[in-house]
Amino acid sequence: MAYTESEVLAGLAEIVAEETGLDTAEVQLEKSFTDDLDIDSLSMMTIVTLAEERFDVRIPDEDVKNLVTVGDAVTYITKL
Amino acid sequence: MNVVVTGLGTTSPLGGNVADTWEAALAGKSGVRRLEYDWVEKYNVPITIAGQLVVRPEEVLTRPETKRMDPMSQFAIVATREAWADAGSPDVDLYRLGTVVSTGIGGVWTMLNAWDTVRDRGPERVLPLSVPMLMPNSATAYVELELGAKAGAHAVVSACASGAEAIALAYDMIVMGRADIVVAGGTEAAIHALPISTFAAMSTLSKRLDDPERASRPYDVDRDGFVLGEGAAVVVLESEEHALARGARIRARLLGTGRTSDGYHIAAPEPSGDGQKRAMLASVEQAGLTLADVNHVNAHATSTPVGDPIEARGIRSLLGEHADQVLVSATKSMTGHLLGGAGALESVFTIKALEDRLAPPTINVDNPDPDLAINLVRNTPGALPATGDLFAINNSFGFGGHNVALLFGTP
Repeated sequence: MAYTESEVLAGLAEIVAEETGLDTAEVQLEKSFTDDLDIDSLSMMTIVTLAEERFDVRIPDEDVKNLVTVGDAVTYITKL
Repeated sequence: MNVVVTGLGTTSPLGGNVADTWEAALAGKSGVRRLEYDWVEKYNVPITIAGQLVVRPEEVLTRPETKRMDPMSQFAIVATREAWADAGSPDVDLYRLGTVVSTGIGGVWTMLNAWDTVRDRGPERVLPLSVPMLMPNSATAYVELELGAKAGAHAVVSACASGAEAIALAYDMIVMGRADIVVAGGTEAAIHALPISTFAAMSTLSKRLDDPERASRPYDVDRDGFVLGEGAAVVVLESEEHALARGARIRARLLGTGRTSDGYHIAAPEPSGDGQKRAMLASVEQAGLTLADVNHVNAHATSTPVGDPIEARGIRSLLGEHADQVLVSATKSMTGHLLGGAGALESVFTIKALEDRLAPPTINVDNPDPDLAINLVRNTPGALPATGDLFAINNSFGFGGHNVALLFGTP
């Protein structure tokens, strides 16, 4: 089943908050995973793994590098 | 090169820090309780008691920290933060700071949870940090990261001697000039169906399930096996020169280490206790002392029918008549057996005993085994000599025939 953008954003925010300790409110569409949220590549892989399970999608490794902002990830997952 | 102790930390079945743990130990309390987890019933785990932490790590660590670390590393970080603060949170040259934090078993929870994921939900669901979390050097690595230590981070693995052997390696690092200050200890988070089932299959665990607090009873005639425990303990070791230069409070000295192996059996101790005695003697000789200088022994004494007498006879045959003057404590009677954490927690007990000049009690010894001619401290603390330097040995032995003795002294 497809998810709406707001559903994906809310789900991602929860995953990022669990992984980083940030508040879910800080996880906004324009935020960069590395520059704004200080997420390293291994944490990013953990977030991707958890997001794949949550939204029942598959995000190939070669696509992960294109997910620069939270908005990129929301758009990517919503369109799958 | 003199090595001193300047910080202590623990999270144990007797308390979430050193003060609470020591207070409970002097009071002769037991940290052994029934296991209340779902998996105990689900897997029909044969042994349903263990020495369990008073303060769970999730009460003091952040959610991201608990997600990123196996429980064994979580325990180690809790103990490290206390020990480092106790040492005065010193601003040190990170290139001269090392860590040695050991575990006997490693990240068993992480490994088996990750395997469940592979088998049931597919390999693509496995979290990427699974191996860094489960590897046996994970705890020492997280401590290294916590402090920014750059002189070396090690994890020596020798089953139930691991925590003591970590402290011995830290001693080496300082004496060999590799580091000025080393955070050392042991941790274990193995209250899990697999280790419990395995130890039960070996018939090494106490079956006194209806009376958890009375199950661990080293040197009692009715002892029937050890009680598994969990937790971590860490000490901060420094060269005396470094400690004095920064005005640190010196809590004790680590004067000698003895490390031997039995060359005998993968799990059984060598019956004559030769390797254990050689370890104790080596610790005394390295310290430049004689056996007659020893005031106190924190025994390995796990409460097994086979193991306890070998150590007790070794203490008697090594110390001879002087053994009458040596107060022996078996603190696993209260904490259970922390495996890789045991030697470190018992080092903390040994150091506190020297500081307070009080040997902690051994509980549950209703009928002391008449065969064991040692001066056992029972039920209430035993007073060590009120004046003069004190010296104490902490024994730890592990599956594989590892024997480690650490000799601590008053400052």
